[in-house]
Amino acid sequence: MNLMQVLFYFMALVTLASAIFVAATKNLVRCIFMFFITLFGLAGLYVLSLADFVAITQIVIYVGGILVLILFAFMLSGKETLNIIAQQKKSFISIKNIPALLLAVLFLIVLINMIIKVDANHLGWIKKAIDFKNNIQPETNMTENIGVNLMTQYLLPFEAVSILLMVALVGAAHLSRKERRV
Amino acid sequence: MISLTDFLIVSAVLFCIGLYIIVSKHNAIQILIGIELMLNAAILNLVAFGKYDRFNNGGQMFALFAIVLAAATTAVALAIILNVYKQYKTIDPGKVDRLGD
Repeated sequence: MNLMQVLFYFMALVTLASAIFVAATKNLVRCIFMFFITLFGLAGLYVLSLADFVAITQIVIYVGGILVLILFAFMLSGKETLNIIAQQKKSFISIKNIPALLLAVLFLIVLINMIIKVDANHLGWIKKAIDFKNNIQPETNMTENIGVNLMTQYLLPFEAVSILLMVALVGAAHLSRKERRV
Repeated sequence: MISLTDFLIVSAVLFCIGLYIIVSKHNAIQILIGIELMLNAAILNLVAFGKYDRFNNGGQMFALFAIVLAAATTAVALAIILNVYKQYKTIDPGKVDRLGD
């Protein structure tokens, strides 16, 4: 049990516990802030998977962008949302939630069963990658490689994403503008 | 080293929590949070497998694209939620049952 494993289990515990809290809580504000913790824990897991650039992007975009957007939407949609939350004063496992819980648990059983059967550590292409030294080592500098690949091999998806971002920007601005009386 | 199976199990649990949130909540913002959790579980899988692709960076690159797409989705979804609130004065998806004329 080295330090990396301890950190991994700690991060996984933080992520899953805060996600369960998000699912269980009745208070929308607490729910949003615990989601914040989940995103930070996920960024830690990305670092442990040796993807530091993705982790930084996760923090900048999710925590800096999406969470602020969600908070704005929560505040702009006003008192009514709080009333909806206050109405459901039942415990976590109420009779209304049992189908949802059953669905989630059964799906989890299927997924775990599949993961154990696949045994991802001994897949063919992963063994080949380790043989050809194609796996990322902790001391390799990945950011430069990502930048070069983004401008050469993945240029088409990059441009497609940029066009889609512009369309989303224009669409969101159009949807949320004020109606003008004619 | 941490084995791939550990990452896969963590992401499966996250995915199922997201599924539970989507099915059981009565609030559009919480449903959006559930969708984000499921997306993040998928991104965790991409990143975990991307460790075995150093030269092409397939996993990490598409994880970045998925994060950007999630941001765009959230912006549009929140604009729609605000419009729905303006029209119906509620954001419970079960109560939005009239067509706007």
